Amino acid sequence: MRTLTYWQAISEATVQCMEADESIFIAGEGVDDIKGTFGTTKEAYARFGANRVIDVPNSENATAGFAVGAAACGLRPLLVHTRADFMFLALDPLVNLAAKWRYMYGGDKGGVPVVTRGVVGRGWGQGATHSQSPHATFAHYAGLYVAAPASPADAKGLLVQALTGDTPVVLVENRNLYPLTGEVPAGATAIPFGVGRIARRGADVTVVATSLMVHEAERAAVQLAEQGISVEVVDVRSLRPLDDRIICESVARTGRLVVADTSWARYGFTAEVAAVVAEHIPHALTAPIRRLALPDCPAPVSWPLEEAFHPGAGGIVEACLQLCGQAPGDLPALADVAAGFQGPY
Amino acid sequence: MTSGRAQLLRDMVRIRVVEETLADYYRDEQQMRTPTHFSIGQEATAVGVCAATTSQDLVFTAHRSHAPYLAKGGDLKAMVAELYGKQAGCAHGRGGSIHLVDRAVGFGGSAAILGEMIPVAVGAAWAFARSGRPRAVATFFGDGATEEGVFAESLNLASVHRVPVVFVCENNLYSISSPIGARQPAGSTIQDRAEAAGVTAARVDGNDVFAVYEAAQRALRHCREGNGPYLLELATYRWREHVGPGFDHGQDHGYRPVRETEAWMARCPIVRATEILREQHPDIDRTVAEWSAQYGDEIQRAVVYAKEQPFPDVDALLDGAYHPVPR
Ligand SMILES: Cc1ncc(C[n+]2csc(CCOP(=O)(O)OP(=O)(O)O)c2C)c(N)n1
Ligand SMILES: [Mg+2]
Repeated sequence: MRTLTYWQAISEATVQCMEADESIFIAGEGVDDIKGTFGTTKEAYARFGANRVIDVPNSENATAGFAVGAAACGLRPLLVHTRADFMFLALDPLVNLAAKWRYMYGGDKGGVPVVTRGVVGRGWGQGATHSQSPHATFAHYAGLYVAAPASPADAKGLLVQALTGDTPVVLVENRNLYPLTGEVPAGATAIPFGVGRIARRGADVTVVATSLMVHEAERAAVQLAEQGISVEVVDVRSLRPLDDRIICESVARTGRLVVADTSWARYGFTAEVAAVVAEHIPHALTAPIRRLALPDCPAPVSWPLEEAFHPGAGGIVEACLQLCGQAPGDLPALADVAAGFQGPY
Repeated sequence: MTSGRAQLLRDMVRIRVVEETLADYYRDEQQMRTPTHFSIGQEATAVGVCAATTSQDLVFTAHRSHAPYLAKGGDLKAMVAELYGKQAGCAHGRGGSIHLVDRAVGFGGSAAILGEMIPVAVGAAWAFARSGRPRAVATFFGDGATEEGVFAESLNLASVHRVPVVFVCENNLYSISSPIGARQPAGSTIQDRAEAAGVTAARVDGNDVFAVYEAAQRALRHCREGNGPYLLELATYRWREHVGPGFDHGQDHGYRPVRETEAWMARCPIVRATEILREQHPDIDRTVAEWSAQYGDEIQRAVVYAKEQPFPDVDALLDGAYHPVPR
């Protein structure tokens, strides 16, 4: 199979879906510019032009409401935010309308399949308001689907699903994944929401993760294998619906659970996964659940603080060792996926 | 020769020298790990407005923050230390370039979600008005921020409550790579939208520091006399890339014509002010050169200082997220 980068996979899914369905259009600030949203909207703009790839004013609130209206009248909007932090300005149309539209008008008049892509994650000192990963916020609301693909193939398949389904979807893309490569099917094959994937098989500890943290978990697993600890990595792929079964089956086998996320622990993804396990298989655990998430403060800018703030492979290694009753040895420090970032922003 | 008009020129020279020096360090050493939005070419707006404020007045800004911070008298060393992520920074390395603050001189803060500091300034000004103090607030934002709903909401709110706030729109014709013509209807101005909300407004050449200064004085007087808010639409142009230290004309970024950039660079606010002052001060060029050298030294010292400062203590990562609770 061919290999594509994560951004190329998103671009390919977009172009293929737009070719197949004329009702799809892209709207976002700067989607037509030379950088093309980390490359992901560049080819769509080149192919379909300004009529279907629309640079909108800086009006996130209106643009999201506009998308709801367009979707209610048969179009398929794909909204793009270069930082998911800007989506807080779009929350009212997204949460109070898109998520509720189908239900609140009786359930039989159709939904509004607005698809929103939000870029998350750290760069250099992006700080408190430009590096948040608010996926749990969106996933809180019934009526929205939320996915956070980790691999290029999933980025493509989940976007295809979003652009062909009938439910509003938020797709969260960690910017550090864009350059990562992987095998991607040539066709526009959808990957259903709510189906997780075992990213790596293991027997001693389950690490449940999403997005960037799947890669951090895989790195951790390699190092832990050398220590004789076999780690199973579960990539849930979508946060809502959440594949409870794949999580519980894995934890039932390993008896130990680490949940890793790029956002805060309280009321977040790690809390949800822990709750699922506590509800369904309370007796399966042989050790307490460990959650790896952000410290309870906004993202700092200063380099050493930023390094300490973001969880990575090293933290996962430590948590797994602890759960398996091993002392945190002096293992060589693992570089985070984002460590390759060379600036300048 | 540093009173009145010459002082305005002098302040612009300082900001230009500071920012150009910082841009060089940013590019060459990559030790300032914080996205920076330089105001090079736009100094007259910050200097003209801030010079018209009193030390009691407050200023808030958006992401393009360095120039208004410095024009308002913000501590240079603390700003540079902030860019280097140091504990001595004005936000102790927590906020970076987009979150500058110096309350001691009336710089209330900068923030980078478009439009978000506009209503904050309205609230601050309202608080002043309630306490009967003759203080006013100015809030800087770009043309792009006026497309956010909160801009219209803030105009209305300030207008209805006759709040002593000056809305300062630095219209540099672009929002990152989108020209204003792609985002706002032709034939209508930002001034028009303010007036529609009942806000007194004026459009001024934002590269003419003397014109900006006089307009800001009028606006602030209007506020202080209890006549409600005022909007200044200041036409200007950024010379560098949207974010970061480089130039983008000549590079293949394609979004603004090289000739347009060069025409605006020819209307440099510093050259403009120098020319105007030359009649009265025949040796103005020598004076400007002296200032440049002086501020060149000042910024080099500030960089040395910032580099020597310690980073924040990692153990203090959580400090400041909440008001300390006694244990
Ligand atoms: C709500 C929100 N949307 C988008 C952005 C991304 N963004 C940052 S600066 C900028 C351009 C703003 O243009 P303008 O207000 O004219 O200010 P300028 O950069 O030209 O000084 C954009 C779109 C943001 N920071 N916040
Ligand atoms: Mg602008």
